[in-house]
Amino acid sequence: MYGYILKRLIAMPIFLLVLTMTAFALSMVLSPYERLAVFLPTEDQWTEEISLDDLVARYGLDKPFLEQYWEWLQGVLHGNLGWSASARMPVAEALARYVPASVELTLFAHILVFVGAISVGTYVATKHNQLPDQVIRVVGSMGVAIPGFVVALFLLVIFYGWLDVLPPGRLSTWAQDIVSAAEFHRYTRMNVLDGVLNGRFDVALDALKHLILPSIAMSTGMLSGMMRVMRSSLLETLKQDYVTTARAKGIKESVVIIRHAQRNALLPVVTMSTGAIAAIISGTVIIETIFNYRGMGKFAVDAAKALDFPAVLGVLVVVSSIIVFSTMIVDILYMILDPRVVLR
Amino acid sequence: MNVLRKVTKNPLGLAGMILVLAWAVIALIAPLIAPPERGSDDPYMIRRVSYMSVPQPAAKTDTLLGTTGGGYDLFYGLIWGSRTAFRLGLEVVCLTMIIGTVVGGLASFAGGWIDYLVMRTAELFMCFPMIIAAMVITTVLGKGLDKVIIALILFGWPSSARLVRSEVLSVKQRDYVSAAEAIGAGRMRIFFRHVLPNSIYPVLITFASRMGTIVLAAAALSFIGIGAEPGYADWGQMVNFARNWVLGTLVNPFEYWYTYTYPSIAIFTFVFGWILLGDAMRDALDPRLRGSRRRRGAGNRSGRKASKPGAGGDDPVPNRSGQSVPSD
Repeated sequence: MYGYILKRLIAMPIFLLVLTMTAFALSMVLSPYERLAVFLPTEDQWTEEISLDDLVARYGLDKPFLEQYWEWLQGVLHGNLGWSASARMPVAEALARYVPASVELTLFAHILVFVGAISVGTYVATKHNQLPDQVIRVVGSMGVAIPGFVVALFLLVIFYGWLDVLPPGRLSTWAQDIVSAAEFHRYTRMNVLDGVLNGRFDVALDALKHLILPSIAMSTGMLSGMMRVMRSSLLETLKQDYVTTARAKGIKESVVIIRHAQRNALLPVVTMSTGAIAAIISGTVIIETIFNYRGMGKFAVDAAKALDFPAVLGVLVVVSSIIVFSTMIVDILYMILDPRVVLR
Repeated sequence: MNVLRKVTKNPLGLAGMILVLAWAVIALIAPLIAPPERGSDDPYMIRRVSYMSVPQPAAKTDTLLGTTGGGYDLFYGLIWGSRTAFRLGLEVVCLTMIIGTVVGGLASFAGGWIDYLVMRTAELFMCFPMIIAAMVITTVLGKGLDKVIIALILFGWPSSARLVRSEVLSVKQRDYVSAAEAIGAGRMRIFFRHVLPNSIYPVLITFASRMGTIVLAAAALSFIGIGAEPGYADWGQMVNFARNWVLGTLVNPFEYWYTYTYPSIAIFTFVFGWILLGDAMRDALDPRLRGSRRRRGAGNRSGRKASKPGAGGDDPVPNRSGQSVPSD
């Protein structure tokens, strides 16, 4: 197992290298002048007379591909991800600001997905072919078929437009003032956690309120899909001989399900979770835009629209590192759950 | 036909089939129920009845369902959008299946470092957030449905490749392959005549459910504005048009309900139909898939036992082949 972890850790930088290089090569399809657009100051900021060619040369946009990539890579290794013109700050700073917001949101969504899918899936499997099972099965297929953005829009109309109980954004204005104040320590930049750490439970509660709608919208599809897998996997496990044996020994049904069956039934869910994590992170792009939640997804959309390549590359690096890392964790978890699997 | 009977015997499968067929009919007769205006050069561009930015309900215009922001006829967009959905879904699903099967199949047939390289590349694409990647592609190549198709194929082939790979690994050990080798058949001939036809089954089964998920992904891309060009009949984009009107007015928060409700229903019924059909198809065709799982064995303890086909409506159980590190 340690060999496997070591192998993965060595493979990770190579993976990131190939990935960023591909993305970088893709950006080279654009002419240097197109890529210059994002660096250009607005009209009233022009202070010097300079031709476009000089500007291209200044930002090194006309150099060969590998040389530009090498410069970018050197910067990254020194902690400098470049300048994000669309956010008007260094990419590293923008990421430090926006990534925690998305982490907070996606963590919330992950909890919803995993806890919801496993518990509902287990429940309906024990009610096989009874009413709850039939209903949840249809609802589950519907949940898979509804796009996240449609769920998001309808939640927004109902809970903000109509009932006015759960607003969009990250914080209410009053809470935003408290958070921006100097005496409020932003330990993690995740508002719920910071609110608790600072003893401001009203802020934490407000932040939590803003997380409810987006995290529901992000998780419906995955929750339904995973619930379906959990259900059918548990149904299958409950037919196994060792479950019958356990029942024959007179063990309580709830113990049989939780101790004997559920653990093995979890394997397909664990397998699926790599994709689920990637899907939830992808979801931030759409959901954050709809709810005007200032996180990494919204930052990525704004950057991509402005052809702000340093910013897009920065997001790519962060997102793919998270995904590669979580894939490794999932693989290890799989091995712990199923000792027969040997990772090489 | 046997499969068809099995699918329609399952009530959910029947419902899915009806939904899909209904949309297929609508797509076929689109020019009849929503005739394009005389002189318009592209019927796929949504008919504009006015240039009013505020949506209008059906009663105020001569349209069936009203107009969305910009004077686009909702009914026209919905009807022609079905053609877009079918075209996009079929193109992407067929191409990903062909590319995935051939690439994944050949790689695992060849084995060795080629297999390793191709599967690592597949992993690279698979654990990558598709939407962010599609954004990068469209910022570089420009907007358009064809670019969305490219992005979806680029990120769709690995799952077919993996499915086919695990099959090929077992099929190439079979006696009839050895027999073909013994009588001196060429490697390519063995692959395309003997190995591939016996390995594509698990991929074919996923056709219907993949239609659903692909159209869903495409709708998401169009929704964030990197899909079809503005005005093109595309459901995701129509929801995007409606975004500014979602909150209605202070007096009535549901003032413009029709702008987002109709396209949402269209996407939902289309995808739902394909997913139900996909479930039913898998239930009907499952036995062989079950056998292949048992052969590989790692994911399930002893395969599925005695589950009555069609009765449980069981959902897919991904095996280790869906995992990033193959255990075989």
